[in-house]
Amino acid sequence: MTSTIRVTEVTKEYGPVKAVCGASFELGRGELVALIGHNGAGKTTLMKLMLGLIRPTSGSIEVLGDNPAAGEFAGRRQLGYLPENVSFDSALTGRETQAFYARLKREPMTKALNLLETVGLGPAARRRVGTYSKGMRQRLGLAQALIGHPRVLLLDEPTTGLDPELRQTFYEVIEQLAADGATVLLSSHALTELEERAGRVIIMNRGIKVADGSIDELRRLARLPTRIRLKVAGLAASEMPAWVPTDTICRRLNGHIVEIDAAPDRKIELLHRATASGNSVEDVDVVPPSLDELYAHFLRQSERTS
Amino acid sequence: MNVLIIAAKEIHQAIRNRWVLAATLLLAGLALSLTFLGSAPTGNVGVRALDVVVVSLSSLTIFLVPLIALLISHDAIVGDMERGTMLLLLSYPVARWQVLLGKFLGHLAVLAFATCLGYGLAVGALAATGSRIDFDSLLAFAAMVGSSVLLGAAFVAIGYLVSALARDRGTAAGICIGLWLLLVLIYDMALLGVLALDQGRSISATALNAMLLLNPTDAYRLFNLTGFANVSTFAGMAGLAQTTSLTMSVLLAALLSWTLVPLGLAALAFSRREL
Repeated sequence: MTSTIRVTEVTKEYGPVKAVCGASFELGRGELVALIGHNGAGKTTLMKLMLGLIRPTSGSIEVLGDNPAAGEFAGRRQLGYLPENVSFDSALTGRETQAFYARLKREPMTKALNLLETVGLGPAARRRVGTYSKGMRQRLGLAQALIGHPRVLLLDEPTTGLDPELRQTFYEVIEQLAADGATVLLSSHALTELEERAGRVIIMNRGIKVADGSIDELRRLARLPTRIRLKVAGLAASEMPAWVPTDTICRRLNGHIVEIDAAPDRKIELLHRATASGNSVEDVDVVPPSLDELYAHFLRQSERTS
Repeated sequence: MNVLIIAAKEIHQAIRNRWVLAATLLLAGLALSLTFLGSAPTGNVGVRALDVVVVSLSSLTIFLVPLIALLISHDAIVGDMERGTMLLLLSYPVARWQVLLGKFLGHLAVLAFATCLGYGLAVGALAATGSRIDFDSLLAFAAMVGSSVLLGAAFVAIGYLVSALARDRGTAAGICIGLWLLLVLIYDMALLGVLALDQGRSISATALNAMLLLNPTDAYRLFNLTGFANVSTFAGMAGLAQTTSLTMSVLLAALLSWTLVPLGLAALAFSRREL
């Protein structure tokens, strides 16, 4: 795996506030990485550091072979960035704005302008950006980030203000780019959306990286119970099935559903017991811990240790 | 290349926002009214009309051009940062000095266009009404237009320096108004006051020259009112013109360094700024 972004022991202080504290990670080609954390966890600061908009207090960053803190920017031709709350000069039209950014990247004009169609801005492209709604500005922001063949995409809250249909298109586009070898780093609050798509998740809390890995790895690390929901016939309203081991938490939901918190390594055993018992199981649902729960878990863990 | 792309965008925006139109109309309107009303006190006998225009227009320029220049420049950096457009622009493969220089060329082009067209109309109107215009007057007029653009360049650069240092747009605007008042109005009054009090005892001619060069508007005034013999007689500056040892090239150099030094400092401040 060749890495496109390398962050080494990076700390950024704003006066007494540590926005990022000793963060290290490497992002490789073709990775789709979700950066998650509360507001103020250091997500935007990390992206600004990668762009050289701010300089780290200590530590070093390398992006596409450049050191952004030293003002190197040769690699930025192959970098797309969508800031949080993107804004444009209101006097120019969408087309003019897109053309300006394509010129700065020395990319062919027609391809760049076609991106306006991709993000569904076609009819509005000849109107001034000043007349755009928030969602339309966000679309234009995506269009400019996708100009050329980005090898690195830094997307800060990319799907806020997008309607569900465009969200779908957006994820298709960036999954395609990642499949072609681009590194995509995106921060978001919409954790359920990321759950199926991100190959890797980095969780930040108060500037500290508290977890980093694929969702499966995080699940293993967190050891959060998988919930097994069984629809069982022939049980009284508050009665627990006899086959559930005493050390396992078990509760009843709306009358006829039994929910069991199963430790990851006991899932199969419990399912086995359930089917082998006398109660007739009518339906079964296995719910692994969601990204939401993993996120909450790692935050609690880091709060306890700090 | 990047510099030109950014300059072109600034010009495009200025045309869209009607900045170009407003500045041109303002300068043209004032130049035309000065051309025709301004010759009333002197009459038309024995006085070459264009020389009078140079005197009155250069006095107007000292007030107006710095004001227009500061208006378009004070917002250039801090304003784009507040609006968030600078964040995106700097994520592109451009250096910060290229952004600054591009904006400078764009804003200067707007100012130069407005000045040349606005003041050019005045000459055109004089010629059309049959005034005699000879070569000396035309030369003095061309020098006046050229130095007006240079004066504008100096104040655009000063505006950028303020914009690169100021915390927010309001502060930048306030500082720029203060600087305008200081350099255009207060400085000369204070200098006059000091000279009157001093009665020529301790302030030498060299010191006075230095103090005049320390203000770009004074360099501009001296350049236009004493530089050309035909003009200085009407400007009431003939006496000063004979005593001052500041040559035209020194005055031009002063205006040029009033442009380059603030521009360089603005680039330095901008390159260190975090956003």
